[in-house]
Amino acid sequence: MDNLLLMMAPLFSSKLLLVLFFGTLFGLILGVLPGLGPTTGGALILPFTMTLDPLSAIVLLTSIYCAGTYGGAITAVLINTPGTPAAAATCLDGYPLAQKGEAGRALGMATVSSTVGGIFSVIILVFFAPILAQLAYEFGQPEYFALAIFGLTMLASIGEGSPIKNLIAGAFGILISTVGKDFMTSIDRFTFGINELTEGIGFIPVVVGLFAMSEMLTQSTLINQVFNRIALKAIKLPSKDDYKKTWKTILRSSGIGSFIGVLPAEGGTVASLIGYSEAKRFSKKPEEFGKGSIEGIAGAEAANNAATGGAMVPTLALGIPGSATTAVILTGLIIHGVRPGPDLFREQPDFLYGIFGAMLIANVLFFIFGFFGAKIFARTTLVPNKILWPMIFAVSVCGTYSLNQSIIDVWIMLFFGVLGFFMRRYGFSVVPVIIGLILGELVEGTLRQSLVIFDGNWLMFFTRPIALTFFILSLIALSFPLIRSKKFKK
Amino acid sequence: MKNVRKQKRANKSLPFFFRDEFKVCLVIILISIALLITTFTFDIVPPILNRGIQPATFPKALLILIIVMSLLIYYLATKNPWKVEKKLPKSFFLTLLSFFIFVVISKTLDFFLAISALSIFVSYYWGEKRIFYLLLVGIIFPVLVFIFFETILGLRFPPGIITNIYYS
Repeated sequence: MDNLLLMMAPLFSSKLLLVLFFGTLFGLILGVLPGLGPTTGGALILPFTMTLDPLSAIVLLTSIYCAGTYGGAITAVLINTPGTPAAAATCLDGYPLAQKGEAGRALGMATVSSTVGGIFSVIILVFFAPILAQLAYEFGQPEYFALAIFGLTMLASIGEGSPIKNLIAGAFGILISTVGKDFMTSIDRFTFGINELTEGIGFIPVVVGLFAMSEMLTQSTLINQVFNRIALKAIKLPSKDDYKKTWKTILRSSGIGSFIGVLPAEGGTVASLIGYSEAKRFSKKPEEFGKGSIEGIAGAEAANNAATGGAMVPTLALGIPGSATTAVILTGLIIHGVRPGPDLFREQPDFLYGIFGAMLIANVLFFIFGFFGAKIFARTTLVPNKILWPMIFAVSVCGTYSLNQSIIDVWIMLFFGVLGFFMRRYGFSVVPVIIGLILGELVEGTLRQSLVIFDGNWLMFFTRPIALTFFILSLIALSFPLIRSKKFKK
Repeated sequence: MKNVRKQKRANKSLPFFFRDEFKVCLVIILISIALLITTFTFDIVPPILNRGIQPATFPKALLILIIVMSLLIYYLATKNPWKVEKKLPKSFFLTLLSFFIFVVISKTLDFFLAISALSIFVSYYWGEKRIFYLLLVGIIFPVLVFIFFETILGLRFPPGIITNIYYS
């Protein structure tokens, strides 16, 4: 009961409500604009959160996360281009349905299923995050090391693209985290005599570079691309018949999305693809999929929004991000002096339940904004790239500079922009780099401290049951793509 | 799908050193070797202060892992070649050039001027010829961003021709 009251706290704070309102609005706009999204948006807004108190800052970031994930559906339905990668599966049926003159029905279903998926996942978050945090009390350094390794292998195996390329990207992310003074011995590593690098490479320049700047370079290759935008008269709430057809799909996808979200991977993107394919598998009319099936939209959208709450579970309970956007939220927590993990649940329940409540409200708010304002939000896609991207560049540069007031950070951002462009061009996902960078210190720190505890004996890792379980799970995760490809060949 | 197969076939017909997979893996391996050599220049902690492993050991292990995995993706690519990527258009290289110009101007002249120059340059080459919109992205918007960061976040921008005038 107390926790429920704590969850309601944002409703009684005009400041938090204002932050939620702005965050949801901003998240929707970011989600609608192809190439941007909650990860880039969160990274861009992170410096601004310094003017806010910790709860308001995290509420702002989480509302951007929830609304941005839904916003991608609007562009997916109307211009056949997912506003965010998580909405890619929505294009498959959303656009064909819109072409049949039923854009309002498609967006109505996307809005309802996103909201249900989002709320379902917050309920999962409220129940499971404290349980996971309780379990984490049993974790020592070796267990955290094994958990971080498990996180990275999961990312490689169920992320997008080639698992080996994902592993290389993840290892590269960890390597970036080793730049600067070694935290145990204060010895310089990869600083090349540049003083600014002794503090290490910051998270924001890397995220803004890999997401925003690399996208700017990608957009520079697409300047002649013309989108066929389908006119939207008004969003329609799904009919009784639509609800009858889709309620099972929505619930199933919400479950799938929440589960996938908990695993450290590209949460929403993978969840929506699995949600979509499962919807097709269970459908009575699978032949309609890809031609404008309402179940397809429901399956994909419920799953990708359900992944938002799921991804927050390991982020808050263990300090292990469940997706690229939660890595940004985790950075926000750290910047504001909040250390995620089991102690947070014991010491600051008001803070945590405030976040849970805010996520719940954000899901209701994006339903209202989406339902009444989709037509207006869709118009933001009319802003030409030749005007939009130079503006994003100005904000990216100033935002990156502002955190440490370091021009080197801006150059690092540009370097990672170019690197990110080529990574994506040759099939390397940039998300593992972000997760690797976030987990790098944890991986190295826990490994070295474990070796101190074990007196240098590596085999001692396998004498700890929890660590051993995570190592076995890591092996299973690594062999999963092999099994999957063999099964696919058969 | 057919298009991807066609692109893959086109890639297979190229000599191995022209293939993307060879070039990409070679670049990764060369950079990793260079960084691996760098790790040998890291200071060594005396045994009495050393806790666990030497500071160079962890990055070394990571770099070796990256090299091994790069060889593995090259080996896999010989069986299943990557698709040939389209040639990059002129607008991409001009945008890349604008990044370089930004770095040069921000270092030598002024940070704010560099943002304006890049914004106008990119917007123009991406097809915007109307003066008002060029002024909007190149001057009006950066000024608003500058004022916002300066007043609300209390940020002090690096010294330069324009910022010096503003601060003086």
